[in-house]
Amino acid sequence: MSSLEFEILATAMTVSAACAVPGAYLVLRQMSMVADAISHTVLLGIVLAFLVVPLYGHPLMVFGASMMGVVTVLGIDLLKRTGLVREDAAIGITFPALFSLGVLLISLLTRDAHLDEHMVFQGDLVYSVFQRLELAGRGYGPMTLWKMAGIFLLNGALALRFHRELKIATFDPVLAATLGISPSLVHFGLVLMTSVTAVGAFDSVGSILVIGFMVVPPVTARLLTDSLARYLGLSLLLGCASALGGFWIARTVNGSVGGSISLVMGAMFVVVLLASPRRGLVADWHRRRRQRVEFAVRMLVIHLFQHRALGQRTEENHAGHLEAHLGWSAEFSRRITELAEARGLIRRVDTHWLGLTSVGERQAEQALAG
Amino acid sequence: METFLQFLNDYTLRNVLLGTAWIGVVGGSLGTFAFLRRQSLLGDVISHATLPGVVLAFLAWQRRDIGVLMVGAAGTGLLATALIQVVDTRTNIKRDGAMGVALAVFFGVGVLLLSMIQNLPTASQAGLDKFIFGQAAALVQSDVTVLLVVGGVVLVVLLLLWRELKIITFDPDFARATGFRVTILEGGIVTLIVGTTVMGLQTVGVILMSAMLIAPAAAARQWTDRLSIMVLIAAVVGGASGAAGAAVSAFGPQIPTGPVVVLVLTALVLVSLFLGRKRGLVWHWRRQRRSRKLADPNTVLGALGALESAHAGTVRGHPKAVVRMAVGQSAQVGQALAALRKAGLADEHDGDWSLTERGRSEAVRLARDQRG
Amino acid sequence: MQTMPPALEVNDLTVAYRDKPVLWDVDLQVPTGVLMAVVGPNGAGKTTLIKAVMGLMQPAAGSVQVFGEPAGRQQVRRIGYVPQRTSVDWDFPTSVRDVVAMGRYNRGGLWRRADRRDAERVARALATVDMEDLADRQISELSGGQQQRVFLARALVQDSDLYLMDEPFQGVDAVTEQSMVAVLRRLQEQGRTVLAVHHDLRTAPAYFDWVALLNVRLIASGPMATAFSECNLRETFGGSAPEWTTPPATTAA
Repeated sequence: MSSLEFEILATAMTVSAACAVPGAYLVLRQMSMVADAISHTVLLGIVLAFLVVPLYGHPLMVFGASMMGVVTVLGIDLLKRTGLVREDAAIGITFPALFSLGVLLISLLTRDAHLDEHMVFQGDLVYSVFQRLELAGRGYGPMTLWKMAGIFLLNGALALRFHRELKIATFDPVLAATLGISPSLVHFGLVLMTSVTAVGAFDSVGSILVIGFMVVPPVTARLLTDSLARYLGLSLLLGCASALGGFWIARTVNGSVGGSISLVMGAMFVVVLLASPRRGLVADWHRRRRQRVEFAVRMLVIHLFQHRALGQRTEENHAGHLEAHLGWSAEFSRRITELAEARGLIRRVDTHWLGLTSVGERQAEQALAG
Repeated sequence: METFLQFLNDYTLRNVLLGTAWIGVVGGSLGTFAFLRRQSLLGDVISHATLPGVVLAFLAWQRRDIGVLMVGAAGTGLLATALIQVVDTRTNIKRDGAMGVALAVFFGVGVLLLSMIQNLPTASQAGLDKFIFGQAAALVQSDVTVLLVVGGVVLVVLLLLWRELKIITFDPDFARATGFRVTILEGGIVTLIVGTTVMGLQTVGVILMSAMLIAPAAAARQWTDRLSIMVLIAAVVGGASGAAGAAVSAFGPQIPTGPVVVLVLTALVLVSLFLGRKRGLVWHWRRQRRSRKLADPNTVLGALGALESAHAGTVRGHPKAVVRMAVGQSAQVGQALAALRKAGLADEHDGDWSLTERGRSEAVRLARDQRG
Repeated sequence: MQTMPPALEVNDLTVAYRDKPVLWDVDLQVPTGVLMAVVGPNGAGKTTLIKAVMGLMQPAAGSVQVFGEPAGRQQVRRIGYVPQRTSVDWDFPTSVRDVVAMGRYNRGGLWRRADRRDAERVARALATVDMEDLADRQISELSGGQQQRVFLARALVQDSDLYLMDEPFQGVDAVTEQSMVAVLRRLQEQGRTVLAVHHDLRTAPAYFDWVALLNVRLIASGPMATAFSECNLRETFGGSAPEWTTPPATTAA
């Protein structure tokens, strides 16, 4: 691996890590589509900031551009508060408008290489590392790497420092308010963090791919764990792993690094979606099947219990009539009856009539009481 | 003026205008249902998710006819909606997360594919990235024909299924209870949304097409309380914005069509939000001003009495805002409270108002009188 | 003599949310021509019972028969349905008349449009529930009681023999409640059957003549006079004492 390639990889991993921090909280707070809106509208912020401070990557410019994220969220809020449109439409009206303004300004005003349309939607990791940080005539590596490392450290420090506030404001805004934590301050703090990160990642992955970096690893992590700490850690880890895998794919097929990372993220998500031991579709399917059987056994016990007053030999208690009465298939009825019998919950009064054992009766009573 | 007439006579430009306006008409009509079903952002996800489909279709057929590309686009668009549906119903992931994942992953794969074909020797891929923001000027006669057919099919289906779509949007439970196949019809609506979205790829672009679905409906909703009229207004708003956007962008080759269309639409939405018949904010403010009359001291006295009996035991008073809420939405209670204090019926401590002993008995008497 | 099948027969109906039972093995018969109240505490599965009969929820076991025939998409069409008022978005751009007309949307196929007979039927239903003056109002302008009456009118134009109503009196003022009860009585006089979730134990004996007491399982069902006993009510509501302080028999009209 050449040193240039190493720098590209390091930058990709740093971008992923920096994005995962706000992303993890955005997903928990159900703000994924708000993040989508912000990632689009920071473009306008960047264009406007660029007109004022034509120094790309300057901290002031990053911060100024980031204010557009706050403006976006305020705009969505304002639209929602008129009561004339709902939240989904408020988002869907606000961000295309601001984004369009950005695109139009680019095509009308600037002829700058950093801001062409190509950059807008995909950025270019390879290109971005050519911007070198130079101090006093000495080179210190790619500027984007330093910038994103700074943003990652800032995000991480803020998340650690305000972990408690973020957690409480996310899960129980009312409790937060009584503890003196302002939920809206936390909200806008997170919005600002998201915007700064999106602006920072703009030249390396573009303004739209950044939403994937923010949302996909945390959503995947959410399928794997219910513990908040592990969730946050996994989000970071999955982000970095995707960067690694994506870099390798991009090198192999000679394609966009950002796009390749998105592909790996998507593949990871699909694998976890199918195979996650707790939340995966396969596990869920098995669990549903098991639950259906367990439930059916309980149901049979209760059924026999409910009809015991009618005497032992009625249609309801006839093994052959379970199909008609419970709507089960013959095969399923047989399976459930055998299972319940094996567990000592029911017994055959003679070959065809079923009755409860004392254990089964106790279980039915408990089930109905609780 | 002369250039404008010339412009209208121009054969190419007429195509462009017609095509883009038609996309607006179809987008507005169908978007009304997306808007009412709170699926506005679904259009956003779908339109981003069409990008890999466009590139794959191009790779498969090596042609960039709009019809071919629309097939690919619809394929990945539908796949994305299926993914959202599965994740939303089968896992603990919330719908917004599912949408974010679908949008980002599909678009990312599209970007990857696009970057890969840029390295291909074929020259015909040039301009494929115009699908990001759209370039209406590239529309030719045959493209417009395809658009007219696809849009026509969407609108005919919309009209045929009018009552079905209306009832499953308003009350899906009742629809199912009266024998409609709601699941199939809902799938039908999503398919129509996908069909409409892919129409706009070439002219409006994948990123902004969602606005063509949402904004006309949001504007139209402010002018009417009838579904049929809302669809008509949305169609007109969408068509006019599409035509305006195409016309403006035709003046300069560097002006992308999508953003112009969206900005026109946004302006129409804002005007509608402020001036819309009955619902408009301006009328709302005026009504509020008129109804914000001064509250009657007796009413305020009664409200304070009710507040105190509701919070019996806690002798603390109530801030003015709470009193105002107890009296009614927007009445001015300040003067009434001052009058009560002057009469020795109420008093204020640190901004909290409470009744005096005399005030309390007066409030009780008032309440009794009203009942009797 | 041929006995008439009951309007609704539910056998061993069990509905579960994942592995949590909402209804346990419910057997219920609703004879044709009765007004039956479904009574029970919150979370007793009253709405679930209605939804399962309407085919809106998939039962884990059990069967439903409507007028002696297994319930399916075709049979369900014979049932008039009044869902909970809060189940829809009242800001939807449509008029009172339009919503009521939806009760007849399922008649005829793709090509059929509303004809004069439909319009007359809608107008008559609106008159029955005293809403003809508001027929062209936008539905967001209605009060809770008016919304409830719109839903009742929509069920009326379904012209069904069996009506399932989920809390039809919810959020309704006393006067409206009386007029709605009168509508239910008229349905009964026409030989139709009504099964309604009802919250107010004090008015239940006055409004309905049959009752089903439900708390996940069916505690009792039958004519009001026999089934609505203090013993059954205590079993249904358990320790959470309901708001009847006097024995229900004395409040019955």
